[in-house]
Amino acid sequence: MENYLSIIVKAIFIENLALTFFLGMCTFLAVSKKVDTAIGLGIAVIVVQTITIPANNLIYNFLLKDGALAWAGYPDIDLSFLGLISYIGVIAAIVQILEMVLDKFFPALYNTLGIFLPLITVNCAILGGSLFMVERGYTFGESVAYGIGSGFGWALAIAALAGITEKMDYSDVPEGLRGLGITFLTVGLMAIVFMSFGGISL
Amino acid sequence: MNVKELLFKPVFKDNPIALQVLGVCSALAVTVQLQNVVIMCAAVTMVCAFSNLFVSLIRNHVPSSIRIIVQMTVIASLVIITDQFLKAYVYEISKSMAVYVALIITNCIVMGRTEAVAMKNGPLYSFVDGIGNGIGYSIILLIVGFFRELFGSGKLFGITIFQTISDGGWYQPNGLMILPPSAFIIIACIIWVIRTKDPTQIGK
Repeated sequence: MENYLSIIVKAIFIENLALTFFLGMCTFLAVSKKVDTAIGLGIAVIVVQTITIPANNLIYNFLLKDGALAWAGYPDIDLSFLGLISYIGVIAAIVQILEMVLDKFFPALYNTLGIFLPLITVNCAILGGSLFMVERGYTFGESVAYGIGSGFGWALAIAALAGITEKMDYSDVPEGLRGLGITFLTVGLMAIVFMSFGGISL
Repeated sequence: MNVKELLFKPVFKDNPIALQVLGVCSALAVTVQLQNVVIMCAAVTMVCAFSNLFVSLIRNHVPSSIRIIVQMTVIASLVIITDQFLKAYVYEISKSMAVYVALIITNCIVMGRTEAVAMKNGPLYSFVDGIGNGIGYSIILLIVGFFRELFGSGKLFGITIFQTISDGGWYQPNGLMILPPSAFIIIACIIWVIRTKDPTQIGK
């Protein structure tokens, strides 16, 4: 249990996908103008991340890993080079399925997340999460914890940035820096702040 | 549109990173050393150009409802080839770039160009456009990498330019430049310079 808890805390603060690894930056910078939309997108990322990382974990462990096909009678096959194409396929498929399920059973939630769901397929945070999971060799349980933690960390970062951007409407920014430039600077400062969590070891 | 304009428009006027905010994700993490930057730029330019070429070749046979999946498959296959190639020839560097080569798949520049250009234009046009955008991306990365390596460790491509104090020289390395957040600050400055020169790009 402690192991899972430490993976979650580590994924949220110390190894924050957005601010330490710069994943999902394109959407991060583009959708950070309003707190409401940022939180909507954040929740969508948490949901997708919690489903795709364990799903990719199963695919890696039972189909792709060196010797993983032993259960089917092919112990010498190593399909790990097919990893990338499988993960992105799984992500695209799950996003599509999630969209249909939400539309059918939870129309209210679908309307809030609606426009953000398709965007998530090309969000590098999702693919990055799966790749880190493979690289670190998480077990199934750990991958669930990592999915929740990393999704939550990303959501926290985008909500915080949106909060700052909203407040910044009232400040007098030099002309050339307005819009994108000042957002980059803000994210840089936020990343420095998050680095202060770096010394914590769990 | 002539080839020259197609190649150089994305470099300053319509830069994918500084203006369109695409492909920032991988741009920031690999810029500590110029050597990595060069490999990354070559990989992105290649993937961008060839995915544009192949998507453009099959554009008339792909129903629009599944085009995203088809583009993804083409891009993912090209990235796998690039990744295997790097693992075979420059193993150490590919190891140090870890997942960022793989993340070219979700690099929005590649996806954006196949969607916006390759689905509508001929193969040759798309190919050149891919190279142009690759160059636009590379320029920003090279500038960021140049400053980070020079001021962060006093080196360029691993060759000492400023002798650091720890090696008996005079230069006190700027620790901030080695840390990831410095990339944001440098890109913000590049954007500032570009927009001061060309005020039409200023955001609201």
